[in-house]
Amino acid sequence: MANMSQSNLQDNAKFTLSPVQKIELYYWMRLTRTYDDSMVAYWRQGRGLGGVFSQRGHEAISVGTGYALAPDDVVAPMHRDMGCYFVRGMTPRRIFAQMLGRATGVSGGRDVNLHGAGDLNLNIVGFISHLPHSLPVAVGVAMSFVYRNEKRVSMTYVGDGSSSTGLFHESLNLAAVHKAPFVLIAENNQYAYSTPLHQQMPVENIADRASAYGIPGLIVDGNDVEAIYAVTKEAVEKAREGGGPTLIECKTMRMMGHAIHDGAEYVPRELLEVWEKRNPVELFERRLLEEGIADVAEIDEIKHRCEVEIADAIEFAEQSPMPDPETVSDGVYAP
Amino acid sequence: MGAPVVNANYGFADVEQIDQETRELTYLAAITDALFEEMARDPNVLVMGEDVQGPFGGAFKVTKGLSEEFGNARVLNMPMAELGFVGAATGMALMGLRPVIEMQFGDFITSAFDSIVQYAATNYYRWKGAVPWVIRAPSDGGLRSGPFHSQNPEAWFVHTPGLKVVAPATPADAKGLMISAIRDNNPVIYFESKPLYRSLKGHVPAGDYVVPIGKANTARSGDDLSILTYGAQVHQALEAATRLAQEGIEAEVLDLRTLKPLDEEAILAAARKTGKVLIVHSATRLAGVGAELAALISEQAFEWLDAPIARLGGLDVPVPFSPPLEDAYRPNAEKIYQLAVELARF
Repeated sequence: MANMSQSNLQDNAKFTLSPVQKIELYYWMRLTRTYDDSMVAYWRQGRGLGGVFSQRGHEAISVGTGYALAPDDVVAPMHRDMGCYFVRGMTPRRIFAQMLGRATGVSGGRDVNLHGAGDLNLNIVGFISHLPHSLPVAVGVAMSFVYRNEKRVSMTYVGDGSSSTGLFHESLNLAAVHKAPFVLIAENNQYAYSTPLHQQMPVENIADRASAYGIPGLIVDGNDVEAIYAVTKEAVEKAREGGGPTLIECKTMRMMGHAIHDGAEYVPRELLEVWEKRNPVELFERRLLEEGIADVAEIDEIKHRCEVEIADAIEFAEQSPMPDPETVSDGVYAP
Repeated sequence: MGAPVVNANYGFADVEQIDQETRELTYLAAITDALFEEMARDPNVLVMGEDVQGPFGGAFKVTKGLSEEFGNARVLNMPMAELGFVGAATGMALMGLRPVIEMQFGDFITSAFDSIVQYAATNYYRWKGAVPWVIRAPSDGGLRSGPFHSQNPEAWFVHTPGLKVVAPATPADAKGLMISAIRDNNPVIYFESKPLYRSLKGHVPAGDYVVPIGKANTARSGDDLSILTYGAQVHQALEAATRLAQEGIEAEVLDLRTLKPLDEEAILAAARKTGKVLIVHSATRLAGVGAELAALISEQAFEWLDAPIARLGGLDVPVPFSPPLEDAYRPNAEKIYQLAVELARF
């Protein structure tokens, strides 16, 4: 299990959340988990289309980081950041329709699962399967803010696997040289497909690499949404004020296989059991109850609301038309 | 044969001043002229690449003077990381900027391949995020520069959905196609011909001068055979045509100007006009752009043909350095002449 004691977090007292905000965060996390459970069940029933990636265990990261952005900020989430899409305003309807290749999906059936689920109206940049390519693109977005003297921030995500690529280095170096308002969230979930961390990198922390670029490298518990929010918010506001990029490593665990087909037999069951006890949605739910911010009835109401919303999304997707094959060549080029 | 194809002195000389009366510009100065024009017109246009800032102004000096005129905030020196900075240009373009990226040599474009063909090229189709950047790729050889400073990698990009590819052959087209490329809302690869940089001069219209993407140009009219070509080889073809004319063979020379989308109408018209087609490019012949032209003509103009389509291109070898080897590798006016004579006599 990851060592959280090395955390070099700043004092984040100024970015504490109000009770209303905490309830909001919980709602987004619960929606994300409900969506994920429904999606996994749907695919296991053989009703899905193509491959699909569960984000189980990543709810705190995607929601906590997405929530730290202002509406004008731009984010390029990846395939395990479903919560970020929801927080930014992409509806479960559009996403499930995307999953089923429908004309009403985000990409109108052009791209598969969350790939290509970009929408500049929501300030979301889509990703490609070559995941680290979101890094330089997000850095370029941040550089456009410098160019236009806009107080906006760009954020993207990288996994432990993608952190081995040359683009990780090229992008952080470029961002640091240009003091770009850029925040990189490294989701260290211990496995890149079947490859464990120690075969991926010789250092313990992805965050350690930040020193090579002269930027802060922070480590945070990837299952603690409040801690993630606070660290991200501080990095985002620092970037907004011209303080340059930050690398934030969130230590977590990928709770299912790489994709739906993958049983992940290569992951020790004990490791998963340890992390299941740290289920980020349940952790936060318990905290809300303990702190008296929500009672059981409110929690149940949120759970019910999420279930209704996801059921509606699935129904919408199923009833949506498939794309017209006559349109296959449309939109290769922008007019 | 074995004489250098051109006598270009690229690399270190300054961009000459523009004579506003004649506006006789080198091919290189015409590109610079287009960059000045568009940067003055549109604050979203910027230049980025390795060593592009002033006073240095790039390895070939194409961007010389831009820093002084527009400031370094619009002329961005990049770390030596093509994959990363082309990706960054995509991010800027998604935000509405129009970066013009200098690849120091077209050969280095492979370092950015994923950023171009996987990300930028597919983006609009996938989720309607337009990527209006231009990559300037100084290409072609005959300059004794060896395997990694002489390449013509255009076929890879013509094979990629979502890109546009242009390859101007004259100073006026160099300007007009650059302006079109910058204004286009899609990623455009602009192959500029190093051998023409300072060896070729011509009239370049002042101000806003646009050559539309997708339109070929008949560089010479003739009835006996049609030479389809682009870039530096247009001039080799014209030289060969002059010699052919002395022997009573009139060659039509079609300068493609744009390689993607191809001007199919002009290509087919040239094939039908003479019934004899010779396709020439510096790039390796095998699976080069010429193969697609030949396929197109066989599919749609077969009944007009009086001879098999002839193709001349680089050999299927890395571009060699030493003059006798490089001359053996690449097409030139003499080789075009010889093949054209054979074709005319068929």
